[in-house]
Parts: sequence; C-alpha cells; structure tokens
Amino acid sequence: MIGNEPVAAGGEGQMAEATEREMVLNLGPQHPSTHGVLRVLTELSGETITKATPDIGYLHRGVEKLIESKLYYHGMTYTDRTDYTSAPANNVGYILAVEKLLGIEDQIPERAHYLRMIAAELGRISGHLVWIGTHGLDLGAMSMFLYAFREREKVSGLYEEITGARLTTNFFRVGGAGRHDDPPGWLDHVEEFANSFTLDDFNTILTENELWKVRTQGVAVISAEDAISYGLTGPCLRGSGVKWDLRKARPYCRYDQVDFEVPVGEDGDVYSRFIVRLNELYQSTYIIKQCVERARELQGEPANAANANVVPPEIERVSGWEPSGVTGDMEAMINHFTIWIEGYSPPEGACYMAIESPKGELAYYFVSDGSGIPYRCHIRSPSFVNLGALPYLVEGNMLADMVATIGSIDIVLGEVDR
Amino acid sequence: MVDGWDVLILVIKALAIFIIVPLAPLVFVLAERKILGRIQSRIGPNRVGPWGLLQTLADGIKLGAKEDFIPPAGDRVVFWLAPLFMVVPAAMAWAVIPIGPEVEIGRKIGLWVTDLNVAILYILALGSVAVYGPVMAGWSSNSKYALFGSLRSTAQVISYEITMGVAVLGVLVYTGSFSLVDIVEKQKDMWFAVPQILGLFVFFVSGIAETNRAPFDLPEAETEIVAGYHVEYSGMRFAMFFLAEYANMFLVSALAVILFFGGWHGWTIPGIEGLTSVLWFMLKTLALMFVYFWLRATLPRLRYDQLMAFCWKFLLPLGIVNLLITAVLRLGWS
Repeated sequence: MIGNEPVAAGGEGQMAEATEREMVLNLGPQHPSTHGVLRVLTELSGETITKATPDIGYLHRGVEKLIESKLYYHGMTYTDRTDYTSAPANNVGYILAVEKLLGIEDQIPERAHYLRMIAAELGRISGHLVWIGTHGLDLGAMSMFLYAFREREKVSGLYEEITGARLTTNFFRVGGAGRHDDPPGWLDHVEEFANSFTLDDFNTILTENELWKVRTQGVAVISAEDAISYGLTGPCLRGSGVKWDLRKARPYCRYDQVDFEVPVGEDGDVYSRFIVRLNELYQSTYIIKQCVERARELQGEPANAANANVVPPEIERVSGWEPSGVTGDMEAMINHFTIWIEGYSPPEGACYMAIESPKGELAYYFVSDGSGIPYRCHIRSPSFVNLGALPYLVEGNMLADMVATIGSIDIVLGEVDR
Repeated sequence: MVDGWDVLILVIKALAIFIIVPLAPLVFVLAERKILGRIQSRIGPNRVGPWGLLQTLADGIKLGAKEDFIPPAGDRVVFWLAPLFMVVPAAMAWAVIPIGPEVEIGRKIGLWVTDLNVAILYILALGSVAVYGPVMAGWSSNSKYALFGSLRSTAQVISYEITMGVAVLGVLVYTGSFSLVDIVEKQKDMWFAVPQILGLFVFFVSGIAETNRAPFDLPEAETEIVAGYHVEYSGMRFAMFFLAEYANMFLVSALAVILFFGGWHGWTIPGIEGLTSVLWFMLKTLALMFVYFWLRATLPRLRYDQLMAFCWKFLLPLGIVNLLITAVLRLGWS
C-alpha cells in the first residue's frame, strides 16, 4: 500500500515520475469497476501495467474504534456494514468471537447453531451473487448483473422475513438466535429457495463462453506458494489449488456435522477463482438443505442459551402480556435492565475467532479488560489481505485485466477500510 | 433532361435523409432499452409517455438543457469539431443507400438519393473519415481515459476497415459493380448471404467493431476506461456521439442487408410493390439491429490485444480465403 509520505491533494505529489514511454493512470476512487472507492495508481506502458499501487481508506469509518466504544451487543450492528454483501456471515463471526470471549460456546443450543449456519450460507450465496454480477458486468457481460440480482432478491426476501431488514440483517444475538428465531414457514421458504437455486444462466453465458474464457484464463495467475505467502484466504487461495477452508479445517457451529465438498481450482487464474466460487454456491445450497432438515427436527427446542447473564428474559415476562395472562415479573425486569444497560462483561483476556466468510478468513480479535466494553477489537478482513496481492497479480497484464483481477479477488471496500 | 420536378424530388429525398437519420436513433435507443430489459428480466423504460415511448425524447431534451462543458485544458476547436466528424459521415453515407426499387409516381423515381457508381468505395471512405471523430475527441479532451479510448478506437477501426473491405470484395467479384443498386438487382434470385456466408460473417463482425458495439466496445468500455473518447463530453455534444453510434449501427445493418440479404427483394403484393419493398428492406435492417442488441446483452467484452489478434489472425485470413474461393468459383463458372 501507499507508504508514509504525505499525500498531496489530488494525488499528484505521490505520482511516480512518468517517463516518455510510461503513463500514470489514476484508476478510481470514482471508477465504475473498482467495486466501491478503491484507488489504484497504475503505471502503464501502452496498455500494459508495469506497476499498480492500491490506495485505500476512502471508506474508512473507524468501525473497530466504534466497536471499542460500545457494549458488545451494540458492536454487532457495525459488522453488517463491513462486508455489506453478506451481512449474516459477519454477524455469525462477531457472535462466535464474543461467545468465545465469554466462554459460553458450549451452552449454545443446537438449533441456534443450525439457524446460524443457514444464515451464514445464505450470506455466502448473496455475497457470491453480488460478486458474479459485478464481475460479469466488469468484463462486459451486462445481463449477468441483472440475473445475479434477480436471484439475490430471493435471498434478501428470506433475510427480510426473519430479520425485517434486507441488507443490514443484524441477525442473532450472543447466546443464541435472539428473539427473532425462525418465524413459521421460514424454513420451508429457505428449502424452496435452496432447491430451486440454479446457475444455468451463468454457466451458459459465462462458464462455457469462449469469450469469457479468453478473458479470464491465464490472467492474474498466482501459484499456491505465492498465494499462501501473500496470506490469501477463501476462494482466492482455493483457486490456486490449496484445499483450505476453515469450515473443514477448524469447524465452528456444526460444520463438522454436515456433508459438503471444498471446491478447489487448478490454475490459480481468474477463471479458477470464478469456478471455485460457482461451485461454492452449489455447496452452500447443499449445506442449507441439510441444516434445514436438522433445524426442522429441532423445532420447538430453545434457540437461546439458558444463561441469564447474556440472554435477556422473554419480553412477556418483563412487561406482562394480556392475552396469555402472564403478568410482569420483577426479577425479569431487573435482569432485562442490567443486560440492556450494562451489557455483559467477559473475563479479562483475549480471543481470536475466525470463520470462513464468503471472501475468506474473517476473524474478530477481542481484548477484554473485564468491563462491558471491548478494550480492543480488530477485524481481520479477508478483502483487505487479499487486496494486498493485487500489485503482484496485475503486473505485466493489460489494463483490461486489472478490472478482471479486482473482480476475481472479490473485494468489498466496506470491509477493506472498515 | 433535368427539370424543376427532378430538383424538387432530390431536395425532398435529401430532406428525408436528414430527418430520418437523426430521428431513427430515437426509436433505436428506446428499442434497445426495451429489448435489453426483456432479455435481462426487467421491464425497461415505461414512465415517460405511453409504454415509455417518449423516454428517448425526454433524454434528448435533458441533454439539450445540460451545460455544454469544454475542458479548460482541452483544445476548444478540435473538441467542437469532433462530434461533427462522427455525425456527418453517418448521415452522408445514407445518400447512396437504396431503400427500395424504382417506383412509378407520375415518373420513375428511384428510392435512393443518388445511384453512385462507386457507392461502396464512397461508404468505406466515409467510414475512414469517421475515425477522426474519436481521435479528435480523445485528443482534445486532454484526459487520460479519453486518450485511451481514442487510441483503442483508432487501432480498432483501422484494422476492421480492412477486413470489412475484404468481405465486401467477395460481393463485388459476384456483381462486377460498385453500385449498390446494381448489387441489389443482382440478388433478385438468390441472396448473396448464401454463396457469401463467410463474407457475411466477416462483414458483420467487422461492422460491430466499426461501430464500437459490444463485444467490441473497447473504445468506450464503461468498466475499464469509463466512457473512453467521449468521457469529457456533455449535453448536446455527447448526444451527437450517441446519435452517431446508433446511426452507424443503422447504416451497417442497412449495408449488410443490401450486400448480403437481397436489399428490398422479398415477396411483394401486386399494386404496391414499392411500399412492400421498402417494408422488406426495413424489416431486414431491423432484424440485424436486433442482433446488435442481442449481442450486447449476451457477450463479455474482448481485451485490446485479443481484439487485434482476432482481426489480423482470424478475420482477415478468413476474408481472404472467402475472396479466393469466390474468385475461383467465378472464374470456373464463366
């Protein structure tokens, strides 16, 4: 990334000295295919890229610092806004990290785990659909964008049904699935979606298209060793043939109890990463079907841990509820107030909890000083780390490949800058 | 013998061209948006006027009302001239396009402005003039993205002009005439699309590249170089580029119909042969326009080097092979 030298307004100060045969092109931050506000200083010789320097920070909102100034359950709303294409996956990562810090991982009921997995995989589908649409659009296949968003609409509908929000889901609470665990019929709708989900349009127009292949095959190749040394994770790493998926390697939730494949590519080029993500979409629907099955079996069981320190009492117990004849309960009221006002205080210590987000290894690192507010929160965002490989990937390629490469890394600037 | 009537007819024809050529894009832009909408499982414009029919008109008015911004560091004169270099050749080429046969309205009137005996060369020459539009626009804008667009456009249009010329040569070998009217007349029994199927392919692909349309829309690749050579243009000047693109598509489609699909020939209704012929011509042209829209909705864009390789290593040899086969067949036949 850009070094420590002061940045002049307009960026002219840090522009490399352009020789007669070279030109410095400022790609972004306002550019249709930098997936947000990424700026890449591109040194070009003709159309060939001799050097690319990503410049980030245009979407920096201080998410980590904001989380450090709030109670633990407040912080979750910010995770929706990091990788906004797949909010539930981020929610799950955050929740798991806080639970690990609290040391209550073992108390989480089975049903909550399966609901979390359904949501996380739905998040993977919606994230990958945004990627396939924008990646296609970047390379000129404009219909892909609309087809992908047509499918994503269904996922958004499922989010809406369960959380009331379509983008910033803020799904789940520490200790379980929260108060809005699945409404009646939701599992049926999820299953219906998983069964009807198809990528036929994408396969016809992209996967088997010669034009698509010449644009993506052999472009931005990274070997397995280089991918590991650059710290790539997720589909970018698996595209190079490394079979590393945290859902298999360090299972969280109940990923060790469902059956799925980890798709890997061979060539480490844009096309391999493309194929890996397409296959992941199929694997996600497969996981969802199994989770729906299990969640159905567990229907009626509690979705929240029986831990009054982190799980607030049912609202009926607090305020009373006329139709059922329940009257308000003083203890429940006190419990309710302490949780929502003071939060919960994890013991002193630190924890690192990583999950396989659609983009790669998404981890939350917390340091607790024993108070209700995290002392330090760090988000290890896969987009940020994967973006680090961009200069290596595009060097020697053409300007048009830059767009293909950014698309294949699948960055979300909200997550890069946090 | 030229009398006053001839002059009047010529003026009417010329006026018709200058009204139809700028107005046709209004229809095509809407048609493209509607068709793209259908292909992409959405509705397309439907707010302005009944079924959104006035959408393009509204867009035109909007563009007309916009500020006409000229980059301060740019070259004002060249910047001003560039859109004209796009629009004028597109309109001029229509002078030699025959849209129907000779009809009898009191006297014999050919449904073309002029039957030039070197019409093909004239159109190819105008195509070369049109290259100056993007070149001048890109250079005078004093913008890197625009410069990229104009460089790409220059390389692309010059290369594909050669393949287009080679594709047309096959037809010329068959007809022995440069006149478009002659070429259409010779296709009375068989469209040249049948013996010249390779030529048609080369011609149409070159035509798409000439008009900078997907999948060869590199000079204005939105997602790479934003809008290419016309990135700095706004208001009516931008509208002129837009208009020229659609006028050129219309022209290339019409030319393909004339050269390969038998022009105005088709089943005619006795009594109104003239009208049905024109309808045939338009129908064929619109069908080719639809192919343009269809390709845009379907195909990803090629890369710059791949585009050049495709032209020089694939299309040009293919065109030459086609020309050789045609020449050999013609020699053997006669």
